[in-house]
Amino acid sequence: MSEKLLVGIDCSNCSNRALQYASGRAENTQIPLLVVHVIDWSPFSFNTPQENEERHKRREAELQRAHTEIIDPLVSALREKGIAAEGVIRHGHPAETLNAVAQELDATNIIIGKTGSSRIKSQLFGSVANTLVQISKVPVTVVP
Amino acid sequence: MPRKLIGHCIALAVTLLTLSLPVMANDGIDTRINEAVKPFADTVATLVFVSFPVAGVQIPFVLVWLIFAATLFTFYFRFINFRAFRHGFQLVRGDYNDPTSAGEVTHFQALATALSGTVGLGNIAGVAVAVSLGGPGATFWMILAGLLGMSSKFVECTLGVKYRNEYTDGTVSGGPMYYLSKGLAERSPKLKTLGKVLAVLFAVFCIGGSFGGGNMFQANQSFVQLVSVTGGESSWLADKGWLFGLVIAVLVGLVVIGGIQSIAKVTSKIVPLMAVIYVTAGLVIVFMNLAEVPTAFMAIFTGAFSAEGISGGVIGVLFQGFKRASFSNEAGIGSAAIAHSAVKTNRPVTEGFVALYEPFVDTVVVCTITALVIVITGTWNPSVDPSQGVALTSMAFESSISWFPWVLTVAVVLFAFSTMISWSYYGLKAWTYLFGESMITDVVYKLLFLFFIVVGSSMQLGSVIDFSDAMIFAMAFPNILGIYFLLPVVKKELDEYWADYKAGKLKKFGKAANRA
Repeated sequence: MSEKLLVGIDCSNCSNRALQYASGRAENTQIPLLVVHVIDWSPFSFNTPQENEERHKRREAELQRAHTEIIDPLVSALREKGIAAEGVIRHGHPAETLNAVAQELDATNIIIGKTGSSRIKSQLFGSVANTLVQISKVPVTVVP
Repeated sequence: MPRKLIGHCIALAVTLLTLSLPVMANDGIDTRINEAVKPFADTVATLVFVSFPVAGVQIPFVLVWLIFAATLFTFYFRFINFRAFRHGFQLVRGDYNDPTSAGEVTHFQALATALSGTVGLGNIAGVAVAVSLGGPGATFWMILAGLLGMSSKFVECTLGVKYRNEYTDGTVSGGPMYYLSKGLAERSPKLKTLGKVLAVLFAVFCIGGSFGGGNMFQANQSFVQLVSVTGGESSWLADKGWLFGLVIAVLVGLVVIGGIQSIAKVTSKIVPLMAVIYVTAGLVIVFMNLAEVPTAFMAIFTGAFSAEGISGGVIGVLFQGFKRASFSNEAGIGSAAIAHSAVKTNRPVTEGFVALYEPFVDTVVVCTITALVIVITGTWNPSVDPSQGVALTSMAFESSISWFPWVLTVAVVLFAFSTMISWSYYGLKAWTYLFGESMITDVVYKLLFLFFIVVGSSMQLGSVIDFSDAMIFAMAFPNILGIYFLLPVVKKELDEYWADYKAGKLKKFGKAANRA
C-alpha cells in the first residue's frame, strides 16, 4: 500500500510543529498529505430548541470558517511547495474522528501535535494523543 | 462577567420591574385580576373540561379524547409502541448516524430537547396528587396511559418532521401548525380551510398554554417548594415571590432575548443530571425498603381493579392515573412535535420511533419512581390539597433521606427553568405562525412571556392557572382531529420504511456497522 500521511490540525498556529514535521516528510517524496481539522462536536449533547433550529445554519458557518481561516490557507501553502495536500473538515470527537478519516481515506500514518495539557488533566479527561494511540489501526506520530 | 452582559441584565430587570410594578404596588391587585379574568377563564375551563358522569365520577371529555386517540393509534399502527422500541433505541444510540452529516441535529439531541420540556413538575407534583386521590392503583393506569401515549407521540412527531418548513437560510420550523395546514391541504383541497382553522386554533391555544402551564404554573410551583424548604411561612423568601420571579425572568430573558446560550447550555447539562439523581434517589429508597416492595406492587395491582374507599371506585382510580399521565407526558397535545422537528433526517418516521421514548422515560420511568416512593413510604394521603403535590413528594423522599428536599428544590427549580425555555420556544413558534416573523413580534412575545413569569410567582392566581391548564389541554382538540385525517400519510411512511428496515436496506455506520 502506498504511503499517505494524515496530519491533525487544531487551530491555525498551535499544531504548527506537527504540520512542519508532516510537510517535511511529504516534501520531495511525492507522499500525499491529508490536512484534517475536527470541529469538536458530540451527537449526545443537550441543546435548547432554539439551538436545534439553527444547528444546520451554524454548522455551515463553522465549516465555512474552518475552510477560510484554517484549512484553505494551509493547503494552498503546502501545494505551493509541491506537496499533494488535501484538506478535510469534520465534526465529531477529535481522536475518534481523526481515526475514522484515516481509515476512510487509507492514511498510513497519523501525525498530531501534543496539546501540552498537564498530567493530571490528561489523566482525568484523556487527551487526543492518548486516545488516538489506543484506537488507531495505523502508526501514530506525536510531535512534541 | 463581561460588562455587556451585566448591562443586559440590568436593562432587562428594569424593564420587567416597570412592567410588573402596577401589579406589585397594590396588594389587592391579584384578587382583582383574578376576579376580572374569572368569568372568562371559568367559561374556557368549563368548555375544555366539559365532563360527563361515568359510575358517579365526572370524566372530562378531553381525557377520553386523548386516551381514545392513543388507543386507536396503538391498534392502527399494530403496537408500534412495542414493535419499534428496539429500533428506536438504535436510532437514539446513533447506529444510523451518517458521519457526513455530523454536526447536524441528531435523534438523541432532538429527543433530549423534547424531554427537557416534558420532564418537570408533572412528574413530581402531579404523581403525588394522583396517588393520593386515586390510591396506589392509580400508578397502574398511569403506566398504561404512558405506554399508549407513546403511539400518540409517534404519530405527532412523524408528521412534525414530514411537514416542517425548511427555510433558505437553513433554519427549520415544524409542529402541528404546519402539519395541520399543509398536511390537510395536501390530502384534499376540500380540507384546506379546515386545516387552516385547526392550525390557527392550535396556535392560539399553544400561546395560552405557553403563558400558563409552561410558565406561570412552573414559576409558581417552584417558588412554593423553595419557600417550604427555606422555612415555610417564616422564610425570608415567603413574601418575595416577585423577587424570585424577577430573577428567573432575567435568567430566561438572557437566554431567549439576549441569546446568552451559556446559561441554557449549563442548565441543559444539569437538568438531565438532576433527573438521574432523582431517579437514583427513588431507587435507593425502593431498595432501602425492599421488604415493602411486594406489598406495594400488590397494592398497585389490586388497587387498580378494586378501589375501596376511593371516590368513584375503579373509574375514579383510572381517571386519576390517566389524568396525571396526560398532564405529565403531553402525548396528543402536540407540543413535542415542535421540538422534534429540528432533527436531521430524510425519513420522518425515524423521529417518530425516537419520540416513543419520551412518554416512556417521562411516565413509565420517572412518574413510576415517584409513585413507588410515595406508595412504599406510605406518604399518600387522600385528603391532600392538589396544589401541594410537590410538598407531598418532598415529604415522601424526606422520610427516607432527610436532606433530600434540598436536592429536590434544586431539581424543581431547574426543571421549571428548562420547561420555561422549551415552552417559550413552542409559544414563540405559534406566535410567529400567527403574526409573522419579525424582530418586533418576536420581542413582544418574549417580553410578555417574561412578564408572566413574574406574575406567576408573585400571585396566587387560581383561575388564571386553571385557565392555562385548560389551554394546554385545548391544544389536543385541533391537533388530534387533524391527525385523524393524516393517519394514512403516516401509515404509508411507516410501511415503506419498515419494509426497507426488514430487508436490511438501511445503512448503519461506524461501530454499529460491524455489530450488524
